[in-house]
Amino acid sequence: MSDTEKNIDKISGVATTGHEWDGIRELDNPMPRWWVWTFYATIIWSIGYTVAYPAWPLISSATSGLLGYSSRQELAATLDRVAADQADLRAAVGEKPLEEILADETLRRFAASAGAAAFNVNCSQCHGSGAEGSAGYPNLNDDDWLWGGDIEAIYQTIAHGVRFTGDAETRFSEMPPFGDLLSAQETQQIAAYVASLTGDPSDDASATAGASLFADNCAACHGEDGTGDQTFGAPNLADAIWFYGATEADIATQIRKPRHGVMPGWQARLGKTTVKQLSVYVHSLGGAE
Amino acid sequence: MKYGTEIVVLALAAFAALVAAAMAQDVPFQQHMWVLFFVLLGTVVVLMRNTTFAPRRAAAIPLRPDASAYMDGPVRYGSVATMFWGVVGFLVGVVVALQLAYPDLNIEPWFNFGRMRPLHTSAVVFAFGGNALIATSFYVVQRTCRARLFGGNLAWFVFWGYQLFIVMAATGYLLGITQSREYAEPEWYVDLWLTIVWVAYLVVFLGTIVRRKEPHIYVANWFYLSFIVTIAMLHVVNNLAMPVSIFGSKSYSLFAGVQDALTQWWYGHNAVGFFLTAGFLGMMYYFVPKQVNRPVYSYRLSIIHFWALIFLYIWAGPHHLHYTALPDWAQTLGMVFSVMLWMPSWGGMINGLMTLSGAWDKLRTDPIVRMMVLAIAFYGMSTFEGPMMSIKVVNSLSHYTDWTIGHVHSGALGWVGMITFGAVYFMVPKLWGRERLYSLRLVTWHFWLATLGIVVYAAVMWVSGIQQGLMWREYDDQGFLVYSFAETVAAMYPYYVVRAVGGLLFLSGALVMAYNITMTILGYEREEEPIGGQLASPESVLKPAE
Repeated sequence: MSDTEKNIDKISGVATTGHEWDGIRELDNPMPRWWVWTFYATIIWSIGYTVAYPAWPLISSATSGLLGYSSRQELAATLDRVAADQADLRAAVGEKPLEEILADETLRRFAASAGAAAFNVNCSQCHGSGAEGSAGYPNLNDDDWLWGGDIEAIYQTIAHGVRFTGDAETRFSEMPPFGDLLSAQETQQIAAYVASLTGDPSDDASATAGASLFADNCAACHGEDGTGDQTFGAPNLADAIWFYGATEADIATQIRKPRHGVMPGWQARLGKTTVKQLSVYVHSLGGAE
Repeated sequence: MKYGTEIVVLALAAFAALVAAAMAQDVPFQQHMWVLFFVLLGTVVVLMRNTTFAPRRAAAIPLRPDASAYMDGPVRYGSVATMFWGVVGFLVGVVVALQLAYPDLNIEPWFNFGRMRPLHTSAVVFAFGGNALIATSFYVVQRTCRARLFGGNLAWFVFWGYQLFIVMAATGYLLGITQSREYAEPEWYVDLWLTIVWVAYLVVFLGTIVRRKEPHIYVANWFYLSFIVTIAMLHVVNNLAMPVSIFGSKSYSLFAGVQDALTQWWYGHNAVGFFLTAGFLGMMYYFVPKQVNRPVYSYRLSIIHFWALIFLYIWAGPHHLHYTALPDWAQTLGMVFSVMLWMPSWGGMINGLMTLSGAWDKLRTDPIVRMMVLAIAFYGMSTFEGPMMSIKVVNSLSHYTDWTIGHVHSGALGWVGMITFGAVYFMVPKLWGRERLYSLRLVTWHFWLATLGIVVYAAVMWVSGIQQGLMWREYDDQGFLVYSFAETVAAMYPYYVVRAVGGLLFLSGALVMAYNITMTILGYEREEEPIGGQLASPESVLKPAE
């Protein structure tokens, strides 16, 4: 058997290179043409691309490419274009009073969109992505408002916050801890009464006793009928919407030692226009007055 | 005295660790040195229990082991370590996948996602992949050079030194020690140790090639060598850092700002290129022809794609920093080099797949061949996906999304995992002198569990990644972003659950393999019908009519 014959792979009929390592041989197949041509094509394309775009480093700079492309300029141009597109509407939102913005459909839609984007970044952490709130953080979709649900009241709340020490105009009220003033039994009776406003209390006798205690201690802020008072941010207790829990035990806890939520004022941080947009967005959620 | 030197050196090292713990400047370093102390002390105890104190008399020394025979001890240990770390790495992967779906599983402080993720990536890439590369490279280089490993016990030092590196890296992550460089998280002292081990590895490998008895160097060894040399360079440069204290766990990089980022991704991308691609191509070039018993398809293709691959890969790193502070020219070069890399990568796929020509029928009967073919198919898929994702417009959608995670895993589970499984299934019976594996049917089980796992994983990550990218860039008709970041996170929940299921499938396949390998090593053989039906026996075929 000659050398050439020995170096032919019997199955494929292709010559091998004649090398062998641990029984492994190598066929002398040519490189597939499509592979070679595709490889060339990517190289040619790459050279073309580097001519068109910034690519080759020089001593103190780099070739800038025939197209004069720069990613920073591209970004700046995009931002400028968006800013220019929105400039008129943004200016109008800044200038016009809130009532007028609401009345103008174009302006209202623009402000609500802008407000939604700002809400996602700044507000959703507490109020939720859908403004649905959670325990201790108000739901903004319903018609129950602590400090008022008309556009001006919403604006005021967002601009200056609630119990926010960084803003002199912040909304402020504080329910005293009645655990210091009332006995445990009295607290329980008031809780039963408050529960009876929207459902069945655990014990009718307690609820009846609680009614007079409520009139003496609570009605000044929450109202005779328990419907609250937005002047003081006193929650409506007669609408089955609860801030810190719906059970009598939850209510009693809140009577003994009330928790007071804090919301920062946003005007100093986001500016007046954005706060207006946020107000329009919150107003658009459905429950506003 | 057996193990005399080892015991003395390790005892001294344990003492040094104790001193370092006493002098520690920060609590994590102190804890880490205690870990090191106990690891070294444990090793000393094990060695002392196995030592003999009888002096070595010339006559008592058994005949020198035949220096011409292959040194397979480290390969055997390496195969077991590969399997062990594989299971650990996949398990941690399933845990971190579940942590993403169910954040309550983050157990502070040691087992939160931030510490578990590098544990997962390092366990899979460096512990599983690294041990597989070291073991197979030692196996392949000896056989294709017809030479025993160079350097005597240096190969053992490489094996055990590498395991120490893994243990120190892994415990360091859980203790919160990190230099925050992806895939290069270990701090300076662990890096220094790895450098020593890696240089020893290079010496063993290169020394074996130098003393080869074959006239030519086989292509698998080119790939292995390029992997070892390049990783040494990448590791050293990317980890150039100044420790705050010689007894402290914190260090500061020599590079700053965007230069630091570019160095990191030059490293990070080439860790993929040279560790997970070149190294495993070396594995493929030996084990595929051996398992299918066919010649490599094209010698010329292997030369061209090897040189093209290693030349082009090293420049592709900047594509990890598209649309960042990195200058445009560097982004362009990162992108075009990645695109040019497509065909050189596919050269390996062609050579691997076409090596099966004339033996495609083996796909039906040999699940190990099936695994290798699937590995090559995933290699081809992800080396197409990679250049595509490096194109800037594609990258603007895919970057920072789960698509990248899916891409990495189709490479890691599909290519790296499957080719390693194939190689280990091939080596283990030979290393332990067994007739065959305990069970080929279990290999089929492993194949399907793993394949299903990968497909589920990759498909889910494509969908979630693209959805994520689209949600991030979604504008309304007024020009405002629609989604908050938290909304895009919440939208990922179902995908994250399904992803964990995919990972679980892959893990269970690996457990089947671990069982199969263990039984093979222990010398059991399962009675089972051969795959593809019973071979017709002469009687049944030639039975005369009655």
